[in-house]
Amino acid sequence: MPFATKPKAETARPTEVTPDLARAAYERMFLIRTFEETVKQLYATEKMPGTVHLSTGQEAVAVGICIQLKPEDYLTTTHRGHGHLIAKGCNVRGMMAEIFGKATGLCHGKGGSMHIMDPANGVLGANAIVGGGIPMTVGAALAARYLKEDRVAVAFFGDGAANQGTFHESANLAAIWKLPVLFACENNGYAEATSVKYHLSVEHVAQRASAYSMPGAIADGLDFFDVFEKTQAALEHMSAGRGPSLVECKTHRFHGHYEGDNQKYRTPAERAAYRDSLQVFRERALTLGLIRESELASIEKAVQELVADAVAFAKSSPFPSPEEITTDVYGIGSQ
Amino acid sequence: MSTRQLTIAQAVNEALRQEMRSDDRVILMGEDIAGGAGVDAPEALDAWGGILGVTKGLIKEFGRERVLDTPISESAFIGAAVGAAAAGLRPVVELMSIDFLGVCFDQILNQAAKIRYMSGGSLAIPMVVRTALGAGFTMAAQHSQILYPILAHIPGLKVVVPSTAYDTKGLLISAIRDEDPVIFCENKVMYFQTGDVPEEPYTIPFGKAAVRREGRDLTIVAISRMVPAAVEAAEQLGKEGVQAELIDPRTLVPLDHEAIAKSVAKTGRLVVVDEANPVCSMASEIAAFVAENCFDSLDAPVVRVNAPHSPVPFSPPLEGAYIPSSARITAAAHSIL
Repeated sequence: MPFATKPKAETARPTEVTPDLARAAYERMFLIRTFEETVKQLYATEKMPGTVHLSTGQEAVAVGICIQLKPEDYLTTTHRGHGHLIAKGCNVRGMMAEIFGKATGLCHGKGGSMHIMDPANGVLGANAIVGGGIPMTVGAALAARYLKEDRVAVAFFGDGAANQGTFHESANLAAIWKLPVLFACENNGYAEATSVKYHLSVEHVAQRASAYSMPGAIADGLDFFDVFEKTQAALEHMSAGRGPSLVECKTHRFHGHYEGDNQKYRTPAERAAYRDSLQVFRERALTLGLIRESELASIEKAVQELVADAVAFAKSSPFPSPEEITTDVYGIGSQ
Repeated sequence: MSTRQLTIAQAVNEALRQEMRSDDRVILMGEDIAGGAGVDAPEALDAWGGILGVTKGLIKEFGRERVLDTPISESAFIGAAVGAAAAGLRPVVELMSIDFLGVCFDQILNQAAKIRYMSGGSLAIPMVVRTALGAGFTMAAQHSQILYPILAHIPGLKVVVPSTAYDTKGLLISAIRDEDPVIFCENKVMYFQTGDVPEEPYTIPFGKAAVRREGRDLTIVAISRMVPAAVEAAEQLGKEGVQAELIDPRTLVPLDHEAIAKSVAKTGRLVVVDEANPVCSMASEIAAFVAENCFDSLDAPVVRVNAPHSPVPFSPPLEGAYIPSSARITAAAHSIL
């Protein structure tokens, strides 16, 4: 089932939030929310395998950035990557089937929630190693420049990964080679069960950008419009050949680190005070006259159908056959 | 083909040069593979050409765009090679010493090796990690290890261990053209050994062992620098009237099980020589394979010859005693004859 609106910028990057773009953004944000909440429910009731890390609450970051990307732009993400993949245009049927471990999944059931890859959409992978995908992003940007392709590479990472060596090594490498890498930090306040107030030596991850001579912006990660604006400036900097850029988006993780997390490290009152990025978007878009109430309702209805279809597809799909255990270890013609 | 004598180091250089000439997607990354980056003086360009001069001259032909000196950031540049491979290039990176696996292992273990699998086959990582290994330069415990058994253990990686200049060139060209991540193990004490190498590019298939010497009494499987040691041992045994067959697997993953089984079927006796520490070594793996699959052919227990289960010592006499010698191989053979 196709998107009701155009999934992303096909040729040039958008310069402003037009009514068309606002509709597309809301569709994507609402799709992420619906997808994640559906997975949460299925995980509780349907014996969904493995573990899942939900991005509910962080939708404005994924969409504020990815709506400005072209299909061929590269992206790497984290164990909490469903939202980024949806925002980049991955097929939700294939994603849901992958999370169920089905043969029809984007990775034929061999990756699962934490390792979804979709090279056709520029997605070089979600990654279950914190900070593990960041160096790949630098290499993808290097390849793009070498091949004279007009692509950028975006590394989504959390506040926790800001303390991994891979982040620091990659930031330095991208900076000295002036590569078009966007370091997109999604600071949701917690690395697993540890607060940024404890684990980070600086108040903002963005402060670390200056150590690598790159711009470091702070965005309100609950406000699509602010993420859009800060990302746009970062992309302009990168496109001008001036090297990488960092945008830190302050956001909230509505659910636990993983489904089943006791969350004793934060109070119900703290969670209740979180702003909702969808609500923030709706209020601002309506005030600006970018979207009408009736459009919001029709987008929501279409998205709910899209997710219901994805669930039905995933549930009715077969599991991979046991012979698949040893395929795709090496390329065809290899060992 | 016209053939001449090259060192193993020159064979590596020639393979890289010829593949870079024929395929624009091949780029090199590593620490001081040229040297002198950031120094604005003509003589600084290509100051080193690699710590042992193996990549010397390549930057002059291909420029900094394709021969990229990196910061000392192994995770970043090996990870960048993974990303560049995913994005259409064929990077060849140099991990100066295999001991440095410790600072970048995730990018090899969890990224390069697993992406094809985790993507359900939709994303290939055609990259080569060239790395120097082995004891013998009195570089002690952090610059002398073998470690290839750790890499052979990981599904998704291929592991190549040439022992001659001819094999080095052909196997490296195969590695660069391969569709999977390949760990190319260059034994540092062998770099300046010479051998006949054809001028033209050629490939050697992975998973095909070389029978270095034929014999009917005993099979010796030897890896990398242990091949010349085993040649010496086989010559000694020959003087004693024992005909040893010597097999050089050339690649550990894939391993030529058939060649080993065929030889053991003929001789009934096996010594496996591996400079790695003994626990979970390639010698252990080959011994286990033969015990499981060739039991009926065996006339004696399989014997492994490894380094001791210790770090590589610094003091020259200790290091000398650490490395398996031809005398130890001969003694191992005597123990099962």
